[in-house]
Amino acid sequence: MLSLRNVHAAYGSVLALRGISLEAPEGGIISVLGANGAGKSSTLRAISGLLRPSEGTIEFDGKPIDKMRPEKIVQMGISHVPEGRQIFTELTVMENLRLGAYTRRDGDAVKRDIDRIFSYFPVLGERAKQQALLLSGGEQQMLAIGRALMAKPRLLLLDEPSLGLAPILVREIFSIIKTISEEEKLTILLVEQDASLALSIADYGYVLESGTVVLEDTAEQLRGNESVRRSYLGY
Amino acid sequence: MDSIVSLTGLWPDTAVMLAAPPWEDPSLFAQLIISGIASGSLFAILALAIVLIYRSTNILNFAQGEMAMFTTFMAWTFMTRMDFWPAFFVALLVAAAMGGALERLVLRPVEDGPPLNSVIVTLGLFTIFNGLALWIWGPLPKGFGPFSVFKGSAICASDVCIGRLSLGTLIVALIVMLALYLLFQRTGLGLAMRATAQNRLASQLVGIPVNNMLTLGWALSATVGAVAGVLVAQSVSLTTGTLFVILLYAFAAAVLGGLDSSIGAVVGGLSIGVLKNLSAVYVPPEVGSVDVAMAFLVIVLVLMVRPAGLFGRPAARRV
Ligand SMILES: Nc1ncnc2c1ncn2[C@@H]1O[C@H](COP(=O)(O)OP(=O)(O)OP(=O)(O)O)[C@@H](O)[C@H]1O
Ligand SMILES: [Mg+2]
Repeated sequence: MLSLRNVHAAYGSVLALRGISLEAPEGGIISVLGANGAGKSSTLRAISGLLRPSEGTIEFDGKPIDKMRPEKIVQMGISHVPEGRQIFTELTVMENLRLGAYTRRDGDAVKRDIDRIFSYFPVLGERAKQQALLLSGGEQQMLAIGRALMAKPRLLLLDEPSLGLAPILVREIFSIIKTISEEEKLTILLVEQDASLALSIADYGYVLESGTVVLEDTAEQLRGNESVRRSYLGY
Repeated sequence: MDSIVSLTGLWPDTAVMLAAPPWEDPSLFAQLIISGIASGSLFAILALAIVLIYRSTNILNFAQGEMAMFTTFMAWTFMTRMDFWPAFFVALLVAAAMGGALERLVLRPVEDGPPLNSVIVTLGLFTIFNGLALWIWGPLPKGFGPFSVFKGSAICASDVCIGRLSLGTLIVALIVMLALYLLFQRTGLGLAMRATAQNRLASQLVGIPVNNMLTLGWALSATVGAVAGVLVAQSVSLTTGTLFVILLYAFAAAVLGGLDSSIGAVVGGLSIGVLKNLSAVYVPPEVGSVDVAMAFLVIVLVLMVRPAGLFGRPAARRV
């Protein structure tokens, strides 16, 4: 469903991606691993249109999207939960969710989908009218995921959902992610520092190093891979 | 009836009165408050225009007053050819188009650059509009008297009166504020504009066409400014310098309220209007004319004591 071929991208003169190629088939969870600065976030930014590739192609459902604007890409069915959540802190939880549905024109279904988000994340329902600023870190992460789901994506890009959260909360969020991917028939591209956790729910994984893919395999194989264990799993 | 007089006595029905202390002449005091609120509502909507732009782009538009002045001249030209209200609305449409076009063509390239660049650009716009207006309409003042719809005797309750112009101004200003409130709080478009002002990255990610929102913000701001311009020109004859003084008060109002707060702009505007009226009458003449100096005084005091203003967010930048 998603395919990147030889994607290069830079921030000014800083090269971030040097020929990334990866595939995300429909329906699975694909994990992207790598050290700090390897280009994981940049890969997601290139897919969602925030970072324009200088070379290479990105196709979604066979259509090139690498020259599309971000709002167009959202409409195509790709939602990006960025690193650091980036929720609208001064707006209410409800307003954040409504904005998630900005590109949709089916008002009644939006209301139903908000309720569905509340069923995945009950705490958001309890705090619907509160300013998002007042949410805890974990709740903000839930809101960021909920907001992305409101666009009714078929592909969800998740950038380090565990960042700054207590381990117990991370497990909770990951189990919800797993549930959502199954119930919504969602394909998920998951960037995660915690490799063992990511590989525990992923079907397939890519390992990035200095802007290129150095290793790819099924999650199971990667869990057993010697160098992955040493570099990312820490045992 | 309100008449056209000097710039500093914006609301002549009060400025000519003799000052007796409030406790000796409470109706004068009440009068000053009421007409202060009326003139303050002008500062308030011009301050709203400033805030609209500042909030979404962090640009202080020093050309706000000159843009309003320019469209007010256009309104004057339209009014020589058609009735007041049609001419007024055509002028607003032109103002909106102009504001949007300016953002697209002139401001877009400097929006993400260092603040000094945008300051220089808006100062440049200031001189361009001023020069252009002088070139097109000449140096002679233009009066809106013949076209004015705010005519008739003042409306009085016991011995406190409000002139038709003050009342009309207040009503139009309230309509502007209410319309902005409804737009931002009750519509999806308004929500998207607030989102864009707050977090551009997140707005892009939910699919808001961010650039269009910024263009729309400028169009809206120029329109609101044009309303203020036409209303000001009902009491002060219009020259290329007219709106500059009003802009100073509006800046004072915006700074007092907090540059990123709409409520602040309104409260700031009304306060400055009342303060201006009271100081014009109760500050002894020996002290000198406090008029415009008061605007600067407010700006300096607020920046010293509480830079975020009454309702503004503290300047700490979010990441
Ligand atoms: N906004 C930016 N401006 C300039 N360089 C950037 C910017 N963002 C990232 N980079 C650079 O691009 C490269 C890839 O960064 P990226 O954020 O994609 O890495 P990452 O794998 O997500 O790292 P992390 O695990 O720390 O989030 C790095 O060398 C980084 O310094
Ligand atoms: Mg990253």
